[in-house]
Amino acid sequence: MYFFPLIAAFLLALRINKAIKFTALRSKWRWPLNILGGIAIAFILLDKQVDEDRLLLISAVYLLAVVEYLKRQEDFKSFTVLLNAYLPLVGTAMISALTARVAPTFYENNEAFFICGQLAAFSWIYLRLSTSKKQQQELRRISERRDELEAMVAARTAEITKQRNELQETVKELQATQAQLIQQEKLASLGELTAGIAHEIQNPLNFVNNFSEVSMELIDEMEAEMAKGDMEEANAIAADIKQNLEKIRHHGQRADGIVKGMLQHSRASSNVKEPTNLNTIADEYFRLAYHGLRAKDKSFNAELVANLDPNLPSINIVSQDVGRVLLNMFTNAFYAVHQKQKTIGGDFKPRVEVSTRVIPAPPSGGGGAQVEIMVKDNGSGIPDAIKDKIMQPFFTTKPAGEGTGLGLSLSYDIIVKAHKGHININSKEGEGSEFIITLPVA
Amino acid sequence: MKILVVDDEADVQPLFLQRFRKEIKNHEVEFDFAQSGEEALDYLKGKHSEVVLILSDINMPGMSGIELLTHIREDFPTPPPPVVMMITAYGDEENYKQAMDKGADDFLTKPLDFNLLKEKLKTI
Repeated sequence: MYFFPLIAAFLLALRINKAIKFTALRSKWRWPLNILGGIAIAFILLDKQVDEDRLLLISAVYLLAVVEYLKRQEDFKSFTVLLNAYLPLVGTAMISALTARVAPTFYENNEAFFICGQLAAFSWIYLRLSTSKKQQQELRRISERRDELEAMVAARTAEITKQRNELQETVKELQATQAQLIQQEKLASLGELTAGIAHEIQNPLNFVNNFSEVSMELIDEMEAEMAKGDMEEANAIAADIKQNLEKIRHHGQRADGIVKGMLQHSRASSNVKEPTNLNTIADEYFRLAYHGLRAKDKSFNAELVANLDPNLPSINIVSQDVGRVLLNMFTNAFYAVHQKQKTIGGDFKPRVEVSTRVIPAPPSGGGGAQVEIMVKDNGSGIPDAIKDKIMQPFFTTKPAGEGTGLGLSLSYDIIVKAHKGHININSKEGEGSEFIITLPVA
Repeated sequence: MKILVVDDEADVQPLFLQRFRKEIKNHEVEFDFAQSGEEALDYLKGKHSEVVLILSDINMPGMSGIELLTHIREDFPTPPPPVVMMITAYGDEENYKQAMDKGADDFLTKPLDFNLLKEKLKTI
């Protein structure tokens, strides 16, 4: 049975040739493998005058040589498992051959056993081969699956990246929109102010015109008195004229202040904190807000009460921003009393009050002195259901187009975030609201 | 002729006094002033019989000119009732109608035309 190792060698060459059929190794190894296989076949076919046990040894050695040779080739690293599967056959063949040589009687008695061993070793190769084939298939499947998963991951990653970029774009757009909305809110509140401003400027201008006109008349009279020689009367008139000129200057400055305030209100905030008297801003915006609403609805009238603490210290604030907050609070208060007046009508006396006071630092420590501004109205109040929503951006109870819903949310940003202050709200539906702003003195 | 001027702007007072300088000097008119509707009503309680003409601003904090007018017409109906002229910066239809409905005798807009006012005084 000497041909087992030779057939194995031939099949091995064939097998490897098949495996590398579609690879780069084919051109290099095709003929060497064919030759190795060919030698094995030629050896079988040759007419041999040698003992069978010697032939067996030679074929076993040949198979071993072929296996070891291929194992040493870098190109066939991946075939190591396959190649090792041939070694049991080499071993059994060699043992059979050597036994036949050394103990021929024992061999002959047990020949069937030895042949069975070789057959078993031969079968082992193909058993091994089929399992490794399965393993390779399994490996291939796994690698295909891995490629598939990688492709999916790459696709998903691309998708996520795209989404992230889109989100970043959206965030940018939102930020731009927010900036625009803040600007719009400023312009909207300026719009509410315009009528108030017009009224506030008209009054001093009337005085300027009237006092200058009357002064011209007075000068005519004074000249007449001087011509008559009544110097006492002439001097009295001159004193009046001087007083009038002072009034003209005073009212000119009043108008000037209003225009400056208006420009300041619409200008982008400088964010520079300067020592400011809150009473001045409170008083100015109180009247502007009132006249703003009055200009829209002439029938509206409210009692304005200002209790401004004359001892209020100046505090460091961005006056346009805090002014905007106060304007918002006043506008809301007037809106609330106006709404209530519309629903109740008749006997209801709208009343809006602004008061300022100093809250001294607590003696136990823990925070310094504070100033408090309270805007109180007896209007429609805030229903409990919406109390926690009113600070949210875009929340408004006004009809569409009348409010941006940003007023209180911007106020919160200005007072709490930028000035480290607080806004407290006490309100009872139907009875009125109190908005209390506290700001640290230092 | 006693005239009560009601306006929350204090500077209205020297303005009237100077504009009517000659008339005051010749004792043709006499002016009194109130800075709010409430103050005006207080004043009228004592002197309503002396006052011939009331010139009142409409737009004042607290009691508005229209409310003051309503009170005057309700509280002092005894003949002859004072002539009441309303003055406002908002010379619109609605304000005018409201003032006239409540019994105003005339309606003037700011800035006041003093020559026109003097003409009107002659007819009283």
